Amino acid sequence: MLDPWTLFFVVTTFALYIGIAIWARAGSTDDFYVAGHDVHPTVNGMATAADWMSAASFLSMAGLIAFMGYGGSVYLMGWTGGYVLLALLLAPFLREFGKFTVPDFVGDRYYSTTARVIAVVCALFVSFTYIAGQMKGVGVAFSGFLGVPFEWGIIIGMVIVFFYAVLGGMKGVTYTQVAQYCVLIFAFTVPAIFMSLIITGNPVPQLGFIGEAQGEGISMLAKLNTVVTDLGFLEYTETNKSMIDVFCITAALMFGTAGLPHVIIRFFTVKSADAARVSAGWALIFIAILYTTAPAVGAFARINFIDTVNEATYIADDEDYDARSAEIEAAGGKPVPQWYKDWEPTGLVAFEDKNGDGVMQYRGPNAPDGIENEVSPNNDIFVLANPQIANLPGWVIGLVVAGGLAAALSTAAGLLMVISSAVSHDLCRRTLFKSMDDKTELRVARGAAAGAVFAAGLLGIFSNSLGFVAQVVAFAFGLAAASLFPVIFLGIFWKRMNKEGAIASMLTGLITTFGYIYWFKFVDTDPANWLFGVSPEGIGFVFMWLAAGVGVVTTLATKPPPKEILELVQKIRVPVS
Amino acid sequence: MQENSSADEGRAYWQATIRLTIGLLVIWFAVSFGAGILLRDVLDQWSLGGAPLGFWFAQQGAIYVFVVLIFFYCWAMRRIEKEHGVRA
Repeated sequence: MLDPWTLFFVVTTFALYIGIAIWARAGSTDDFYVAGHDVHPTVNGMATAADWMSAASFLSMAGLIAFMGYGGSVYLMGWTGGYVLLALLLAPFLREFGKFTVPDFVGDRYYSTTARVIAVVCALFVSFTYIAGQMKGVGVAFSGFLGVPFEWGIIIGMVIVFFYAVLGGMKGVTYTQVAQYCVLIFAFTVPAIFMSLIITGNPVPQLGFIGEAQGEGISMLAKLNTVVTDLGFLEYTETNKSMIDVFCITAALMFGTAGLPHVIIRFFTVKSADAARVSAGWALIFIAILYTTAPAVGAFARINFIDTVNEATYIADDEDYDARSAEIEAAGGKPVPQWYKDWEPTGLVAFEDKNGDGVMQYRGPNAPDGIENEVSPNNDIFVLANPQIANLPGWVIGLVVAGGLAAALSTAAGLLMVISSAVSHDLCRRTLFKSMDDKTELRVARGAAAGAVFAAGLLGIFSNSLGFVAQVVAFAFGLAAASLFPVIFLGIFWKRMNKEGAIASMLTGLITTFGYIYWFKFVDTDPANWLFGVSPEGIGFVFMWLAAGVGVVTTLATKPPPKEILELVQKIRVPVS
Repeated sequence: MQENSSADEGRAYWQATIRLTIGLLVIWFAVSFGAGILLRDVLDQWSLGGAPLGFWFAQQGAIYVFVVLIFFYCWAMRRIEKEHGVRA
């Protein structure tokens, strides 16, 4: 299904990214790691938004919400509320500290190479987990839309990222992320506006979401609740997760967001602590545009999907679609929609005629009419097929593909910066070869970025055969929340916190969270055995408290940090004019 | 003497910052974990347009409040900085 518009958008946007990379070449390590500490707060906010919103936010989240209803709120609140923590508790202080990386802060604040190296391990672990998913997304987009084999899709993506991450460093990444934000937000909101108009008559999806269903005299959500319960699904505004689990997952995603190194380093690129605060606000505005639209898209998509697919008469591949659908319509029936047939070859939608009546019955687990479900849609189909479901022109589809690629590539690039700076700056310059000069470090940083691109590509290709990406995303947030967040937070807000406490805290968070997720994802998958009924996705929040507690107790049992450290913390808290 | 007064200013500045931060975090908690999760069933008695209120907070309202919180924080921090002579 090679569409000329798709090719056009993908090629144009890629050329734009490469152009920006050449224009924004990095000349020094300052440029390479933090874009010279000179990025405008609004620009940085936009770059942060693109950095943050990954292939998952763009392609999968609205679909997940469509299926989960109220349960999808954990992503909406979790992935936005983290920015409040970031703005209030971390970003301005880390910017005041004024170095390059997260391990830099941990190593200096806790006057310890061991602490630095453990922070490097945490940062690398979190970033590699995350980047595998992005690369996989790039591969899927290419193979699904441009007819390129999956592996080649990833290689093309690697070459593009290589260009701007290796040449431009943080400077190149920042300005390409700005361009990528514009592409992805346009691609996400245009179909949403049209869908909102069709379903609710209101062009603003956020208002359509709370508005009335067009011409039915009841609210859109009430209609959706009736429609899904009639088919045997749970009410849309309900969830089958326990309250404690919803609470913990939301919290783990929030604290995880605040502890993610690729998000934190974006705030090193602005001029001052004040700029870091403002920048966090802008980042959240840009993110909120997508995140408040997504629940509307989810609800509309669920209605659309049921409307167009349920009880439709199936048309097999060997039949003439146009002739057969006219025939079905003439007989007063509903033919399977064209978009469904277009997407069927990708495997994102599937129909199995269990009762042999040739009609597609879409049902939930408790269908009142006792009919078995025959249709299985994938989460991603909702965003991808929306333009067609809403009868939008062909170029919109191309735009959505380019948007998905922009989302995946911008996040991948941000992660690459974390990986390369952790290796070149924290491991090489600050730990192993302390006499390294700036020029050599820049070369090492470029080399590390190139190596990381390569490793990430391999991971992406490898992950496809294992299918473990979705499983390990919980790792990234849980680990960031339990291992990095407590030491950074305590390092700023509690002067007494010392080296021993920090090391004990990071190790506790890392080992317990890793162990729990590994155990309940791969060994014992029975939810009945979860600790306090908390799923692996939410456990990072529980172990975050444990890690902080261990850190505090260990600190109190050992001697206080040296005087210079107390002064360092004072300087971070109270900037002197 | 000079030393001491600037140290006092610094302490007052930090205390003001902490007070502000705690206040804003209470609101942060109230709109997300409070309205969106813990008290959602209570709030769902009312509705905003066609959405149950607790559900709306969980999927829309909390996010809007987060944005306002951060910008309020920026504004309030600038005021505190000015008041205590920290930075120009």
